[in-house]
Amino acid sequence: MNRVIAVFTKESFLVPLVAIILGLLTGAIAMLAGGFNPAKAYMALIEKVFGSAYNFGETIRQITPLIFTGLAVAFAFRTGLFNIGAEGQFIAGMIASTAVGVSFDLPAYIHAPLAVIAGAIAGGLWGSIAGYLKAARGVNEVITSIMLNWVALYLGNWIMNAFYVPSGQQRSEMIHDSASITIGWLSEMFDSARLHWGTLIAVIAAIFFYVILWKTKSGFELRAVGLNPHASEYAGMNVNRNVVKAMFIGGMFAGIGGASEVLGVFHYQAIMTAQPGYGFDGIAVALIGGNTPLGVILGAILFGILTFGAAGMKFGAGVPVELIRVVIASVIFFVAAHGIVKVFIKPILKKQKEGGN
Amino acid sequence: MDWGLIISNLVHDTIVFSTALIFASLGGLYSERSGVVNIALEGMMIIGAFTGAVITYAFQDSFAAGAPWLGFLAAGIAGAIFALPHAVASITFKADQTVSGVALNFLAAGLSVYLTKIIFNGAGQTTTLTSVFSKWSIPGLHDIPFLGHAIFEAYPTSYLAFIMVFLTWYLIFKTPFGLRLRAVGEHPRAADTVGINVKKMRYLAVTISGVLAAWGGATISLTTTSNFSHNTVSGQGFIAIAALIFGKWHPAGAMGAALFFGVAQSIKSLVQIFGLTKYVPTEFIYMLPYILTVLVMAGFVGRSNAPAALGKPYETGSR
Repeated sequence: MNRVIAVFTKESFLVPLVAIILGLLTGAIAMLAGGFNPAKAYMALIEKVFGSAYNFGETIRQITPLIFTGLAVAFAFRTGLFNIGAEGQFIAGMIASTAVGVSFDLPAYIHAPLAVIAGAIAGGLWGSIAGYLKAARGVNEVITSIMLNWVALYLGNWIMNAFYVPSGQQRSEMIHDSASITIGWLSEMFDSARLHWGTLIAVIAAIFFYVILWKTKSGFELRAVGLNPHASEYAGMNVNRNVVKAMFIGGMFAGIGGASEVLGVFHYQAIMTAQPGYGFDGIAVALIGGNTPLGVILGAILFGILTFGAAGMKFGAGVPVELIRVVIASVIFFVAAHGIVKVFIKPILKKQKEGGN
Repeated sequence: MDWGLIISNLVHDTIVFSTALIFASLGGLYSERSGVVNIALEGMMIIGAFTGAVITYAFQDSFAAGAPWLGFLAAGIAGAIFALPHAVASITFKADQTVSGVALNFLAAGLSVYLTKIIFNGAGQTTTLTSVFSKWSIPGLHDIPFLGHAIFEAYPTSYLAFIMVFLTWYLIFKTPFGLRLRAVGEHPRAADTVGINVKKMRYLAVTISGVLAAWGGATISLTTTSNFSHNTVSGQGFIAIAALIFGKWHPAGAMGAALFFGVAQSIKSLVQIFGLTKYVPTEFIYMLPYILTVLVMAGFVGRSNAPAALGKPYETGSR
């Protein structure tokens, strides 16, 4: 029991926890300033998410892409890279899986996996552009991946317009049923909430994340390069190759996320007027989750609940849905500036020391 | 087809589109020259566009033509205030500057639309402003054929932006203040040794950054769009960062890059007018600035040297 308490009072766990509380408080203050009742709004949020089977299922749908993009950012983080490009990798995945889903006519047991794999590879390749430029030309991956997000957005729209969108339409043809990864029976159980195999793949991806980083030699190299590239180089590791590899694997996670949105949720790809946003939310998810696979899943659950429940706040308490962005922004901010959080934690830790020991 | 008129229009539109980018990339320049990464330019522009529109809306009945100036001024102040959390996090608390910037971009996007909905009874955008900046024609000069329309008929904000470029160049390269600012961004320890207050300089730089970037945002809502909505800024802050890198952290370079990206913007309409979309899809023109930035950074178009201490928090007395 003591061990459990120790885990939950560790600073690494306390920082995100306090950041979340501070974020929710910031949201509450913004609501008060806007003349809303924060208690009522947060209650409405919870009610929205857990109130009906359909909404609960849709919340799971909302959480799924966040796990993928969260893993994409976290994986790169573990190897010393800041992947702001999950957005673009996500788009690359959507486009590739749409292409495969629409173009081919195959039996389902080949078609669906092929479409998912296409998304994974497209996302991986898109990620590895930033990785390659970092490795070969020493370019900071933060800026390139931001720029590549926009390139992906417009390039994706162009590919869709040129090949897959019937003229005069704003979205592609539907993917063939054989490429769909929707789980029919589960969807029926949740009043036709759009549940799909992507959720299971996300959990497997998180396990894969753990196994590859902590249980394989190659993962050891990736982490070593992230912790100290110079020492790793001295130890005979190929730093550049690891950078590209890390961005490829990270991009793959985001790519599958994009693929499962298309194959499992929408079954088509719309012309995008803005970035889907999951990539940016993924940064928050990864940060909250301390860049660990379990943390990412927990972070994604939190953010999925917040973003899906925001609609409930609107109906229940009149609070504009954008407020939840303020909460998320504050949480990211407080995690980034954990120095500020520590100011809040210090008294708690002190008390514990005095009382506990 | 009158090429003189077309080119005259193209230059005119380029200046209109570039103004916001010039302001914002100059903003980025102050912050980054002092060693603080600022990818929050987008968020700062959003806050500026929002504040500019709302304050102008509030005063347009009582102040008429003066209202946009009031809005512009307020936008600068709001930008300075909005920049403070970034300064506190990245300078005092030594946070990851990129993450803190990401957070501010998030915050601006959410907060501005949230407040807009509260102020305008649930509408996602401000009412169209009746009083915005009108173009200034320079007496005498604007009568010059073609050139007059191209350069001497512009929004006051455009003239101000170009003045700012010159002022920034002078301040950064010709004054003791500029020398200190650059020193702090290149070698903070050396600067500290000779008695420059590194943290104070950086706070100042980030604040100026907020003012200028917000002005960039206000330029958009108070000239071209005449209102504020969630897509008023739509990525221009990121292009401003691109312009800064493309321009090698130099005011004139940043201006040149901003003008270049402005051309890309105004060509967009030209391409559509002439039906060139058959040959060059508009998406590729949209992509151009971003692809160019990647190429520049990769050194295929020329090396870009960032300030040496960029992104590194400074610990007083560290070695």
